Amino acid sequence: MSAVLEPMFRTGDRVRVRKAAPLGHVRTPFYIRGHAGVVERICGAFPNPEELAQQRDGLPAQPLYRVRFRQKDVWPGYRGSAADVIELEIFQHWIEA
Amino acid sequence: MIERSHHDMGGQPAGRVKRSEHAYDDWELRVDAMMMLLTGVTGMKKRMTVDELRKNIEALPPADYDKMGYYDRWVISLTQTMIQRGVFTTDDLARKLAEVEHRAQAPKSPKLAAGAGKKRAPGR
Amino acid sequence: MTMERNEKSGRAAGGTGRYEPYSYFQLMEVSLRELLVEKGVVTEDAIAGAMAAMRARGPERGAAMVARAWLDPAYKARMLANGSAAAEELGFEVPGLKLIVVENTPETHNVIVCTLCSCYPRMLLGLPPEWYKSRPYRSRVVREPRIVLAEFGLRVPPQVAIRVHDSNADMRYMVLPMRPAGTEGWSEAQLAGLVTRDCLIGVAVPTLPAARKSAKPSPRKPARSKTPRKPNKSRKPRKS
Repeated sequence: MSAVLEPMFRTGDRVRVRKAAPLGHVRTPFYIRGHAGVVERICGAFPNPEELAQQRDGLPAQPLYRVRFRQKDVWPGYRGSAADVIELEIFQHWIEA
Repeated sequence: MIERSHHDMGGQPAGRVKRSEHAYDDWELRVDAMMMLLTGVTGMKKRMTVDELRKNIEALPPADYDKMGYYDRWVISLTQTMIQRGVFTTDDLARKLAEVEHRAQAPKSPKLAAGAGKKRAPGR
Repeated sequence: MTMERNEKSGRAAGGTGRYEPYSYFQLMEVSLRELLVEKGVVTEDAIAGAMAAMRARGPERGAAMVARAWLDPAYKARMLANGSAAAEELGFEVPGLKLIVVENTPETHNVIVCTLCSCYPRMLLGLPPEWYKSRPYRSRVVREPRIVLAEFGLRVPPQVAIRVHDSNADMRYMVLPMRPAGTEGWSEAQLAGLVTRDCLIGVAVPTLPAARKSAKPSPRKPARSKTPRKPNKSRKPRKS
């Protein structure tokens, strides 16, 4: 197996973050789990932080996406413009297949 | 099921932002420097990852997390990580801490430690 | 010993006063450092070197990049394509930094946060301000950015979209603000002087000195400093 996974998604794809609650250290904030957004860009591939936190190498490296979410989709009763967005980095293994 | 950890605070209710500034004390900058060195950012042999630092910070009890200063959390986590990594033992640490505490309490202690710096700031 | 009482940290240690005048955490720092030196993992010189390198970093480095981008469209394009390479182009070493520069336009205002810890482009801009690491900022700016920015004295008109960037993984972010009107013919150094740290985070926008004076005062007078990160000998430590 290659040490770097191939990206399964492309810029412009609509993706949904898994709604999961794994044990240990994770870098996917609670507030964004379960929400859908659009891939803004692919940042490359990085070792999985959940494994790095446990003294392992985190390989194969996971593609990392910048995903853009509409604020009105993320927060109930969001006070602001419909065009307001929030962008986060989502690892591929956190995206629903 | 643990859904949201205490440190994962995006979107949670909180008070007004106080626009506080903080001039870092020397001891805080030393903690920062040790983290940079131990994670291999500046070319030394990598002894740990920043994710281990974060994991051990996230393991702090919520009340302590909130009370502690930023570098208070870091120094506890770095030390914990070095024990987990086997760089030194719990016994090494207990002995050293007792020795340092003894030095700190000695009347007119000339020096807490080599390179400890003279000036310490209040407030943090 | 010239050290003063460290009340806040002393309380966090359990309130016994056992470690005073040091905090428990300061004693832990000394213990950790001495053990690492004894085990041959680090040297005091290496620590001093890393401290000096961090003190040398600061918002003026980001400001220099912004001023260059305002004057040189080709540089701006390179900066938006690869922020770290653009920093290196100006001679700023940024080991390990994956910098994304996000551009303010008449239609979009950008603001940076890290909700999970306090990630910040520290290898370029130095250490972040205290408030950036605080619970109120980390919790609220993602959910109510317009209200939080207003608390900073920045009112973003409704027709301007706000784009919040949560630095939750491996990238770090810096805002490229808009060049203020009335700066035609200014030198690169003059322009850089308009760009504060807060402009690079996105909680402020560059304004001309005259406009700053006439601006509505914010409800509470903030401690504004251009170089909050440098605790050098001549400066009195500020209470946080």
